[in-house]
Amino acid sequence: MRGKASEPGGQKTLPVAKRVLELTVNGDRYEVAVEPWTSLAQVLRDELRLTGTKVGCNEGDCGACTVLVDGRSVSSCLYLAVEAEGRDVTTIEGLAETPDTLHPLQEAFIEHGGLQCGFCTGGMLMSSAFLLSHTPEPDEGEIRRGLSGNLCRCTGYNKIVESVDAAAKRLAADEGGTA
Amino acid sequence: MSTPPIIGARIPQLGAREKVTGQAVYTDDMKLPGMLYGAILRSPHAHARIKRIDTSKARALPGVKDVVTGDDTLKVAYGNWRLVPDIQDEYVLAVDKVRYVGDEVAAVCALDADTARRACELIEVEYEVLPAVFSVEEALAEGAPTIRAEKPGNLSLTREIEYGGVDEAFTRAEYVREDTFRVPTVSHAYLEPCSALAAPDEGGRVTLWTSTQTPYIVQVLLAKTLGLPENHVRVIKPQVGGGFGGKMELRTWEFCAAFMALRTGRPVKFTLTRADELAYGRRRHAMVLRSKIGLTRDGVILAKDLDVLLDSGGYNAMGATATFLVGNFGAMLYRIPAYRYLGRYVYTNNPPASAMRGFGAPQALFAGECQLNMVAEELGIDPIELRIRNAMQAGDSVPGVATARTCGFREALEKVRDASGWVEKRARKRPGKGIGVAGCSFISGGVFNWFDTKYHFTSCEVRVFEDGTAHLLTMASDIGQGSDTVLRQILAAELGIDIHKIRLTAGDTAVTPKADLGTWGSRVTLMAGNAVLDAARKIKEMLAGVLFMEYDLNQIHDVAFAGDRVFVRAKPKRGMDFGECVYKALRGRRGEPLTAFGYYTPRDKGLVTPAFSFGAQVIEVEVDEDTGVVSVEQVHTAHDSGVPINTMAVEGQLEGSIHMGLGYALSEELITVEGRVRNATFLDYRIPAAEDMPPSASYEIVTRDPEGPYGAKEAGEGLVSPTAPAIAEAIWDAVGVRSDTLPITPQRVLEGLGKL
Repeated sequence: MRGKASEPGGQKTLPVAKRVLELTVNGDRYEVAVEPWTSLAQVLRDELRLTGTKVGCNEGDCGACTVLVDGRSVSSCLYLAVEAEGRDVTTIEGLAETPDTLHPLQEAFIEHGGLQCGFCTGGMLMSSAFLLSHTPEPDEGEIRRGLSGNLCRCTGYNKIVESVDAAAKRLAADEGGTA
Repeated sequence: MSTPPIIGARIPQLGAREKVTGQAVYTDDMKLPGMLYGAILRSPHAHARIKRIDTSKARALPGVKDVVTGDDTLKVAYGNWRLVPDIQDEYVLAVDKVRYVGDEVAAVCALDADTARRACELIEVEYEVLPAVFSVEEALAEGAPTIRAEKPGNLSLTREIEYGGVDEAFTRAEYVREDTFRVPTVSHAYLEPCSALAAPDEGGRVTLWTSTQTPYIVQVLLAKTLGLPENHVRVIKPQVGGGFGGKMELRTWEFCAAFMALRTGRPVKFTLTRADELAYGRRRHAMVLRSKIGLTRDGVILAKDLDVLLDSGGYNAMGATATFLVGNFGAMLYRIPAYRYLGRYVYTNNPPASAMRGFGAPQALFAGECQLNMVAEELGIDPIELRIRNAMQAGDSVPGVATARTCGFREALEKVRDASGWVEKRARKRPGKGIGVAGCSFISGGVFNWFDTKYHFTSCEVRVFEDGTAHLLTMASDIGQGSDTVLRQILAAELGIDIHKIRLTAGDTAVTPKADLGTWGSRVTLMAGNAVLDAARKIKEMLAGVLFMEYDLNQIHDVAFAGDRVFVRAKPKRGMDFGECVYKALRGRRGEPLTAFGYYTPRDKGLVTPAFSFGAQVIEVEVDEDTGVVSVEQVHTAHDSGVPINTMAVEGQLEGSIHMGLGYALSEELITVEGRVRNATFLDYRIPAAEDMPPSASYEIVTRDPEGPYGAKEAGEGLVSPTAPAIAEAIWDAVGVRSDTLPITPQRVLEGLGKL
């Protein structure tokens, strides 16, 4: 939880005042001191140690760092941590409602082989969650477009698309069942 | 004996839950107390002599803890080809010369990554820039600058194959054609950039966590370059975010992490950027392939002559294997009675190429399969029919090299022909639409001991306990493909216990038995799987005696293991729980644990592999004649990977291969100008995205290979090859444009149409 600012000898040639931020991540409140240019991905990974958010390119091309901020998907490597103040951040660690359950998307990815190496998986799931939040019953084209910002080199995507489709159908059925 | 149901099952990766919840730990996720951050200074020149390095300003920067250059190291040349020391030409940090843009010159570690990077900028290097060469033709030209003193003329390696009287066979050929094909260099583009974290251990030892496919190779070469006994170096493979051949050598950041951890007494971590990976990382070989083929008028292949120039880049890396394998794959798939191959591995000042998925096959088969399609056109024979006439069959040998003991190539061709509606679609021309075919074959692990290991090619240990569980220890490396699950399926099948009762420890050189050569050459399922069978059968021997004693069995009885029970095969009611059986055996051994080692080394299996996979693919495309854009509409694949152990994992390999083959065909190329990669971002280096992937239907052609565990062969690499030549053929079928060059970009299509 303690950043490099507290490490001895960490002098900077250009001292810049760090700003203390209050962040809400997965419902937990944190206080962190960050430089103005620090990305949200960096804070999540290095300060909060929520390492399920991956950095595959650090320039917003691959989608491995996707998280939700106030319910919208963002590339956390391009999103400044200071912008997240006062907003709700959800990472892959917070996708499931409780630690002992899985989100239907997570279950579907497992069941349908929607992952291999797992490095893109967190970001892929967060983009899928965002997709289903605004398009609960996407067709195949909508799923592919919804995931077009997330690169995967292992699966060839088709099993990921199947996974999202299966999760959407299950969520719709659950909704129908409870209504 | 029937195959246990867990063989061939669709079992999700056993570690999938950790991956979907973000709990799976990759190297860069780790942080240790007091950890320092590393950065590498790379050469800005493609070819230069290092005259002087001054690190004083970098050292003086507050927060910098260590700076190293080649002069601080032992200056030993190293490489994976230990069998031929002359091939080992690389240094962990440049010694005297740099040979490509990005060659590693110095490294820094500091309290934070920004300081380490800033310190790199403060290192002063005085270079004498030398003339450089950037293509194989330039490098071989008379008067070209010498890149490595030991190899004047820049020809690093040569490999020749010849059998069957090629010149004479060509004189008998009624039809001969010769074509030249060019394939570009492409990136593995695994999503996880390389990362390595080292920590000093007691007694001058060191532990390295690294994103690798080959912990054993890294251990051995790290010990050599550090000047330590191998046993002082512990390499641990955490979760790895893909490799595809790009993480199978000792690399500079691994060395520097360990070296500086020992020098500073603190953990040191290096993590590459995507730009590092694309601009300087290992890559697939660019090649120029000249292929000449001779046939009878009815399409029977008589002879083939293949001449290949491979662009090494500045160092050999795994090039000797590439040079060998291209020649091997050039002779596969068909009965080619007379074959000649000349492969020349040529130094240039491009970033070094090395192993990448399919290793030699995507290039050899782009040339070979495209050419066969041209032959079919000119002879007026259907391309699938032409292939069937020449297809290798079970029992066929490539002279002096290997025997395909099982071969489902013909069946695969027939399957994709029938499933795709090939005959009708080829006959009925539709504007802008086309359909093409190509075949593939690949190895199930390599036989050639280039690493010169003194250990078995793969090893494992199996322990069983009185609570009915087991523990599998193996150095085999799951890098995302799912082998941690597949190996446990094999063990579960043998011991007849629930797969969830098997704990796995993998990829730790201090804990898992020596050795395993790593994940490459599609070797894990066949080789590590056989080692698991070996260990499991030894454990079963230890347990069978318990039943003989308990039931006073006649000597002719057999003991079976299934359903977490051990029982008399002929009288299943006579038996006990697996755990109880272990308990009784343990009592009988007066407490000595039940543990067994298993090994596999391919002996007397030719020069290449114990088993070949085969496959065929038919692809349908639509070509927009105004824009030159090619849309792939449907892929049909039939694949002989022996008996699939895990159907879901095999499908995953197949679909991933199509993705990579699609990029190779249409969009991927590291555009390199004077040794500098100009498209070192994922925005400019385009791997296919979800929207680019076509629908895909796949069919398993099941053969039972005698050498594979439960009959399994490779599934991970073969299918990366047919996609590009099948698409090339489909484009020709659609709009009459043949491309002998990859990738087939819209520009190339429009050029072919005469519109540019």
